[in-house]
Amino acid sequence: MRKVVIPIGPQHPALKEPESFSVTLSGERIMAFSARLGYNHRGIEKACEERTYVQDVYLIERICGICSHAHSTCFVQAVEEIAGLAVPERAQYIRTIIAELERIHSHLLWLGIAGHEVGFDTLLMYTWRDREVVMDVLAALTGNRVNYGINTIGGVRRNISPDQAKDILKAVDTLEERTKYYMKVATEERTLIERLAGVGTLSHEDAVNLGAVGPTARASGIDRDTRRDDPYAAYGKLSFKVITDNHNDVYGRTLVRCGELMESYNIIRQAIREMPDGPLAVKAPRRIPAGEAFSRYEAPRGEDVHYVKANGTEKPERVKVRAPTLANLQTVEKMLEDGQLADLPIVIAAIDPCFSCTDRSIVVREARKRSRNILKWEDLRSYSVEWYRNNRGLDFSKLNRKMAGRLL
Amino acid sequence: MTALFNMLIFPGFLFLAVFGLFGEYIDRKLYARLQNRVGPPWFQPLADLIKLAAKEDIVPEEANPSMFKAMPIFALTATVTASFYIPLWKTGALFSFNGDLIVTLYLLTIPTLTYFLGGWYSTSLYSKIGAIRSLTQLFAYEVPLLMVILAPALLANTWSLSEMALFYSIHPWYWLFNIIGFIISIIALLGKLEKVPFDIPEAETEIVAGTFTEYSGRLLALFRFSIDIEAIVGSALIAAVYLPFGLGLGGAAGFAIFVLKIVFIISILALSRTLFARLRIDQMVEFCWKYVSPFAFLQILINLILKGVLAR
Repeated sequence: MRKVVIPIGPQHPALKEPESFSVTLSGERIMAFSARLGYNHRGIEKACEERTYVQDVYLIERICGICSHAHSTCFVQAVEEIAGLAVPERAQYIRTIIAELERIHSHLLWLGIAGHEVGFDTLLMYTWRDREVVMDVLAALTGNRVNYGINTIGGVRRNISPDQAKDILKAVDTLEERTKYYMKVATEERTLIERLAGVGTLSHEDAVNLGAVGPTARASGIDRDTRRDDPYAAYGKLSFKVITDNHNDVYGRTLVRCGELMESYNIIRQAIREMPDGPLAVKAPRRIPAGEAFSRYEAPRGEDVHYVKANGTEKPERVKVRAPTLANLQTVEKMLEDGQLADLPIVIAAIDPCFSCTDRSIVVREARKRSRNILKWEDLRSYSVEWYRNNRGLDFSKLNRKMAGRLL
Repeated sequence: MTALFNMLIFPGFLFLAVFGLFGEYIDRKLYARLQNRVGPPWFQPLADLIKLAAKEDIVPEEANPSMFKAMPIFALTATVTASFYIPLWKTGALFSFNGDLIVTLYLLTIPTLTYFLGGWYSTSLYSKIGAIRSLTQLFAYEVPLLMVILAPALLANTWSLSEMALFYSIHPWYWLFNIIGFIISIIALLGKLEKVPFDIPEAETEIVAGTFTEYSGRLLALFRFSIDIEAIVGSALIAAVYLPFGLGLGGAAGFAIFVLKIVFIISILALSRTLFARLRIDQMVEFCWKYVSPFAFLQILINLILKGVLAR
């Protein structure tokens, strides 16, 4: 059969955010796969340089709609390190509790998406119903369902009262029971296992070589978790297991995420039990002294990395964000080798991609030419016609002429 | 005049249309309730249809316009025509002749063929992949379906659906022999209607809407409508062949039993939609040839032996 190149994205039902993938197919088999990032670039890093540190906390929080606490914690940790602030212990525990609640909502969300990608919408409806439990808890604790705004430089902004702690424990009990049920579904439902097992295989060596992070790496047997390896917040004082799996496929990634959910419930219970009394925050200076810091955080999707450089003013000189999806995206091509078109959505979804977190811009200039090319409207049109003819085998020249005539 | 009334209004096109929309409502509502959702109100399928019919028809630049526009009409016509040969709540169908069994099955295959042609002639990549998939799937489920529909016919010693219904209403307990066939025909109907776990040709997360990607407006409305009616006609065929009770009653009681049977079959379809994940095309074909076809053979074998035993 003739090879066809089909575009998955930038607009496609499988993707929740715009991102462009090109798949070369021979029948149902995937011959080549390429990803193109950059549809969600928002210039956040640059915008951070224009704002004060406190404003940046809120801006950074909006990098991602799901792991917002991950990004803001990662950023404030870096700033606190530069400023040499000692964050009160209670604040660290509160950060941990919010972080784990966020992981729960993110993993439940992923489980639903995974179900949807393989056409198992019942799982989507069930997990997202239960996800409301944790969303309600987060809203009660912080006033918001996604962008919690609980972090501030030097601590947290809101306390957790004993009543709220009771509510959290109650929600955790409910969710633990439900998660056990989902684990049962994932390990016993035949059609679901058929679609997950042996799909998107990423061997241990490949995972190491491509620098996979988070559950994607842990499902390939890499025993790595920033929470344990480089403890931040209150994780150093809590005991928990790092879940790994040797299935190397999407099924393994599902098991790892379900296992992590169970661990999160334990961590929350421990943290609430051991949370000491004390102040919520220390006062942070307006001007952060010159210096630089590198901060790591185990987000639900993997290791999130922030770099902050301060120059002694009230605005940072440079903020650099590396979201976990960027580290994991390279593995997708490997996972799809010899894959089928039907597996593509679930394989992409299995790294739990968050493209809007990932997109950063790079300006590429030709070394020899000084000036950047400026394209006129007609040039742009003929460029796009050429591009589609060469890369997608579609000829839009007739349509282009017609459209041009209509416009003039 | 009566024939025209029968064909167009009752129990022909208009009745099927209303029942088809009702069937879609039952399916959607049950699916929603099983998933812990509220589900649509009773008029939602009709509202969807009216909304679609009011939208603009867009024919892709590259598509073959006449084929593109004709296919939904073919699909609708074929399914409605098929219903004329199926005994609904009486032992006799609207029309019948010896061999209408094959004609009905043939007419019920046409919609799948129109999905293929409609997808193929819209020339979009997603549509073409969907089209190829629906044809691949057809070859997997159609053979077992044909075999298990033939098995009860062998027992009844006729090729006419009406005479089969008559035979089974004379021997009311013979339907128990055809249980395997009933299950297999439900599986085949799932494939025919392209419902989970066999909604591979329109797998939304892979190929957008498959065959129907380029369809919009009235043409899409016609396609959706024909799928609704196909669900009813397919269920009616299964009900007539495998659940032949109450056919002798006729009148209001027979009609009520008929509605119950269709709702029962549609509920099974909705349940399977809730319970399973979508299979891959290779898994689907493998499943049909490896497990479903042998059981279909078994059904034929059972009926052949029974025929010999019972004739004695």
